[in-house]
Amino acid sequence: MKYVLLFGGTMEGADQLPEGHREVAMADYEKSGQWFAKYTKAGKIVSGEELRGPSTATTVSRKNGKVSVTDGPFIESKEVIGGFAVIDVADLDEAIAMAREWPGTVEIRPTIDHSEDAGR
Amino acid sequence: MKFVLLFVGTPEDQDRFERMTPDERKAAMAGAGGWFHEYTQSGKIVGGEQLQGPKTVSTVRAENGQRIITDGPFIESKEVIGGFAILDVKDRDEAEEIAKKWPAGPVEIWPTVEN
Amino acid sequence: MAAVFREEAGRLTGALVRVLGNFDLAEEVVQDSLVAALVKWPEQGIPDNPGAWLMTTARRRAIDLLRRDRRYSEKLALLERSQLPGDAPEADDRLRLIFTCCHPALAQEAQVALTLRAVAGFTTPEIAAAFLVSEATMAQRIVRAKRKIVVAHIPYRVPQGEDVAERLDAVLAVLYLMFNEGYLSRGASAGMRRDLAEDALWLGRLLDRLMPGQPEVLGLVALMQLNLARSAARFNEAGEIVLLADQDRSLWDRDSIKEGTRVLERAAVLHGPGPYQLQAAIAAVHAEARTWGDTDWSQIVLLYDALLRLGESPVVRLNRAVALSHLAGPEAALGEVNDLAMTLGEYHLLHSTRAELLDQLGEKEQARQARLRALELCQNPAERALLERRLGG
Repeated sequence: MKYVLLFGGTMEGADQLPEGHREVAMADYEKSGQWFAKYTKAGKIVSGEELRGPSTATTVSRKNGKVSVTDGPFIESKEVIGGFAVIDVADLDEAIAMAREWPGTVEIRPTIDHSEDAGR
Repeated sequence: MKFVLLFVGTPEDQDRFERMTPDERKAAMAGAGGWFHEYTQSGKIVGGEQLQGPKTVSTVRAENGQRIITDGPFIESKEVIGGFAILDVKDRDEAEEIAKKWPAGPVEIWPTVEN
Repeated sequence: MAAVFREEAGRLTGALVRVLGNFDLAEEVVQDSLVAALVKWPEQGIPDNPGAWLMTTARRRAIDLLRRDRRYSEKLALLERSQLPGDAPEADDRLRLIFTCCHPALAQEAQVALTLRAVAGFTTPEIAAAFLVSEATMAQRIVRAKRKIVVAHIPYRVPQGEDVAERLDAVLAVLYLMFNEGYLSRGASAGMRRDLAEDALWLGRLLDRLMPGQPEVLGLVALMQLNLARSAARFNEAGEIVLLADQDRSLWDRDSIKEGTRVLERAAVLHGPGPYQLQAAIAAVHAEARTWGDTDWSQIVLLYDALLRLGESPVVRLNRAVALSHLAGPEAALGEVNDLAMTLGEYHLLHSTRAELLDQLGEKEQARQARLRALELCQNPAERALLERRLGG
């Protein structure tokens, strides 16, 4: 069973955080690296990426058939996705157990399995 | 260089998709499937997933020093991410060209941090 | 019939989930069989073996549904062979079912609805009526939760190891919410066929049987039992709430109080204190007082202090302030209540408590203002009626 874990928060602007907060952010960042190492070694992580900050994102959208390219993310939201991991585990409880060890907020989304499509 | 394309949809799109029969779904996916197939064959797409809708999502977050689990997404927004593709291309322009060919809704292009 | 549904539904659903490996389908066919029974039994009488009747109906329905889809031929064969639900320890099935329904990845209101339906054999219209929402809304809530269980692969099993305590807390929270919903609205919903509070107590006892030796399960059972023991005195003939101070204590069910106290003692010897046991202990102190004047308030204040040591809670502080007013007078208590106004400003009981204390201090106009504010915030019909009476008098 594959899930995608979407990680909240970004390191963009972390260098401008006030003293104290910056150290916490760096420590969490360190922990997230260890998390990836641990679960990659355990064979639970299929793939994963860390995204650069929202200021580097671009949106491609279509309006009346015309393609437009705009600066910034399409989704307007206070929360930012900083990265994700695709994991392959037994069930939701195992996914939750992994998400609990991540040092920030995690959204757990089941994936749609297309490997079965052919068999239908 | 690696980029991540995030495919954006509305919850209504997602609900509609979920209610489709396997055949309808196949037809609706044909365009997107073709796009995925083409760029996977040429080695530009190195990974990707389609996600189940927001009603199947759970969130783990910290509250009062504890890690609690709740129903629903943490990103509060009208639109949702319906899936993503990981690209390995020579530069941002190439990523943008590929994003422009995506046959469905809006696409966000995110550069990644390479470790 | 409710008693039959309650005994059979969870067993049947649990066994079917195990055999079929599909929560949604299993739960649906059992619900269908309950609905069929609601139509047939009043005409034909309750069958001699109602469990077998429900099982046959549910199984037939499942076979019907599975035949439409060739992918399920294996499941179908399994279903045709198996002796449901007697072919495995049924107790385990129901416990697994409870933990799946109360999984924290489901919204709590959905956990409550699913538990009532799948474990206690409520029908969707009954749940909708109990929670004062439309049937369509409730049906949608249930469909959504079941879909999430299937799509997100919420496991069908009893949690193990370090997860147990936390997951058990979630189950107890669902039962307590269920209980309060029934208990608080007792007067208003007298016409309802099933009583949520009674069912919550039944579920608590079931949980204790399936998972013995859990002090907080016993604590919650004792708490529910001790509260229910007073229910005959809680409403007058007009269906209005009677406050604890004014209740006719001869109407209290002494056997039920004894039973509740015994359960609490069973919990105490397990040496795992927790909030439900402490709340039950408070209820027991009230139950043991022959008159309102005999109430051991210093004991109650001590128990509230113990509760606060387990976790800060403004609602517990408010209750402690009420107990304190009987020990140290209204003035001391009012100070504490006013301190809580920042955090509990939107909670009607803060304002009604202030009103009572202000009354005792002779501040009639301020008391009236506080009561009006409480009335603005209060949703429960029985509690509203009480406030209105106080304002009128």
